[in-house]
Amino acid sequence: MQLTYTPKQQAFRAEVRAWLADNLPREPLASYDTREGFEQHRAWEAKLFDSRWSMVMWPAELGGRGCDLIEWLIFEEEYYGAGAPMRVNQNGQLLLGPTLMEFGTQEQKQRFLPRMAASLDMWAQGWSEPNAGSDMAAITSKAVREGDHYVINGQKTWSTRAIFADWLFGLFRSEPGSTRHHGLSFLMVPLDAPGVSIRPIKALNGKDAFAEVFFDDVRVPLGNLIGAEGQGWQVAMATAGFERGLLLRSPARFQHTARKLVELFKAEQQAVERDPGLRDAVLECWMGAEAYALSAYHTVGRLARGETIGAESSINKIIWSELDLKMHETAMRLLGASGELRDGEAAGWLEGFLFAQSGPIYAGTNEIQRNIIAERMLGLPK
Amino acid sequence: MDFTFTDDQLAFREAISRFLMTEAAPEMLREIWETDAGRSPDLRNKIAAQGLTALSIPEEDGGLGMDDVAWALMTQELGYYAIPDSLADTAYVAVGLLRALEPGHRARAELLPRIAEGSLRLAIGHPVNPLVGDAQLAEVLILTHGDEIHLVPRAQVDVQGERSIDASRRLGRVSWQPSAATLVASGEQGRALQAHLLDRGALSVAGQLLGLAQRMLDLAVDYVAQRKQFGKPIGSFQAVKHHLADVARHIEQAKPVLYRAAHGLARGDGSASLWVSQARLACCEASWIAARKGIQVHGAMGYTWEVDLQMFMKRAWALDSSWGDRGVHKSRVGDFLFADGTRLGPGHTFED
Repeated sequence: MQLTYTPKQQAFRAEVRAWLADNLPREPLASYDTREGFEQHRAWEAKLFDSRWSMVMWPAELGGRGCDLIEWLIFEEEYYGAGAPMRVNQNGQLLLGPTLMEFGTQEQKQRFLPRMAASLDMWAQGWSEPNAGSDMAAITSKAVREGDHYVINGQKTWSTRAIFADWLFGLFRSEPGSTRHHGLSFLMVPLDAPGVSIRPIKALNGKDAFAEVFFDDVRVPLGNLIGAEGQGWQVAMATAGFERGLLLRSPARFQHTARKLVELFKAEQQAVERDPGLRDAVLECWMGAEAYALSAYHTVGRLARGETIGAESSINKIIWSELDLKMHETAMRLLGASGELRDGEAAGWLEGFLFAQSGPIYAGTNEIQRNIIAERMLGLPK
Repeated sequence: MDFTFTDDQLAFREAISRFLMTEAAPEMLREIWETDAGRSPDLRNKIAAQGLTALSIPEEDGGLGMDDVAWALMTQELGYYAIPDSLADTAYVAVGLLRALEPGHRARAELLPRIAEGSLRLAIGHPVNPLVGDAQLAEVLILTHGDEIHLVPRAQVDVQGERSIDASRRLGRVSWQPSAATLVASGEQGRALQAHLLDRGALSVAGQLLGLAQRMLDLAVDYVAQRKQFGKPIGSFQAVKHHLADVARHIEQAKPVLYRAAHGLARGDGSASLWVSQARLACCEASWIAARKGIQVHGAMGYTWEVDLQMFMKRAWALDSSWGDRGVHKSRVGDFLFADGTRLGPGHTFED
């Protein structure tokens, strides 16, 4: 056990910090759940990519820096610590990206990954359907092979920012008559293809944060299949693992929120006088964020020793989603009567509070995660 | 940056765990606890033969020379098998104190080899603990007086026993008179040593609480897998699964917090006390949740004397306030967190 950074890691941190200091947007970007904000974020991502900061762990030939996981954690710490914008293309970069690296052909990797890293292509997810939520194996959207194309019919839903995105990846039933997790295929679909229609769904914050996507005889070339036909479930499970795992929610953004929460606590001492329990709540939140960071370093160390993480990624997901909720609930309590206001200084907390409500739901509800922990980690019967 | 244990550390833990599994089975512990002394010299000798009492004695004094990081694993095993207080207090906490004395110090030279061979039982008093664990049974007591530290033979103290809900605890109220003959350290050195005692004592309890949490989880998992209602194991019901998933989550979340604190103590980092308190709070939380959920999924059986869960549950409840209650440790974290100029946020986690 050696919990200090090497000189090389310290130099890397300094390099990230210096670049961010010179290049961070002067003004906060608009919400990426709006068209304007979405394009602002795309431009920021392009800037990151030009200096090879978009996907630091990807190899140089794909526009990255070949960083290891510790360097990635350092990058994330500097990035979120500096208050840099949220990453708008993470469904592509963090979910589909690793899947393509593992299951994609050489041609697919070259075609999709650099454009994804640069956010020239923005990606939406196509997992859920109206009747396939937590029970994802209930998918009914079909992809029927006709010559050198699949013809897709059906509907996907809860597809984040799909009305602004360029592509969608997801699971479709390619084997007629198949049920459950058999006979599914993992396909990439351009959202400007004929037959695709997208209807926005207004989220809690009043913005078009997600969408329903309808497929009406949409033709997709066979080359857009990832992995083998009918093996989509296995490919998707790998993706779901990445999602719940470290990459999607590195600890840094929660530590950044925890720091802001301590600042808010100091500024709202009248609220604390009225409700002394707030001190305890802030303390617990900060310790929770630190514990999550420590857990990430521990996991990274174990991975480097050749261990694999399985159901622990479900624990991760519960930790960060409940932590985020608790931090924002505490902030709302500190803000008291001004917490509900949609404009002004504190509105960021309100926006974060609303978004935090979704954490225990998306990426597999926390109930599903608890089932996974109980069955796969503790070995309880199904 | 490498947040993992060495193969040696893991192998030693594994060996101790296998040993205690057979030598410290619950039915045997129950028998020992029914006795007046509450301790088994036989078990103690066997544990010493495994090298546990020599774990962090320097190699030149006949020990294995391992540090707090190894104890972060070992205390979990001691907790898992509910090994009574004096072992960790002697082999870990007291050794930490003795090692901090100057090399030629008489107490150090006399006591370390005896601890290594397993023939010495120490008890430790500290202002944070109103009572002293194993005071009655110890041969020598480490006691504080103001900023002083004394090593006092058992014959020179009066001990009035107090009963704990944890049947393995042998607590005593100690009266004694400090003298020049028993004085080991005073002034700045005394204060520093008392602070180290508190940190090691608190970390030792943290590790044991985490081990207790794991034991209670394992007992609960076993029980719900075999207990049937409505024609199937109750462990197949989501309400039961989710209770135990929450326990697993709190245990996993606390582990790295414990390990970072142990590493900080081993290095003598200035932030070690802060990290120890964070570890304590995380481990307290995990063990109490494990106890609460554990008894719940055991149903009425959990409320009986018969089921072993009670042994570990009571120990978790008792240790929660040993070597600093949660208030003590929250205060230490709060003093850091809410001070002006504290460096918080991403990137500062390992900053000393």
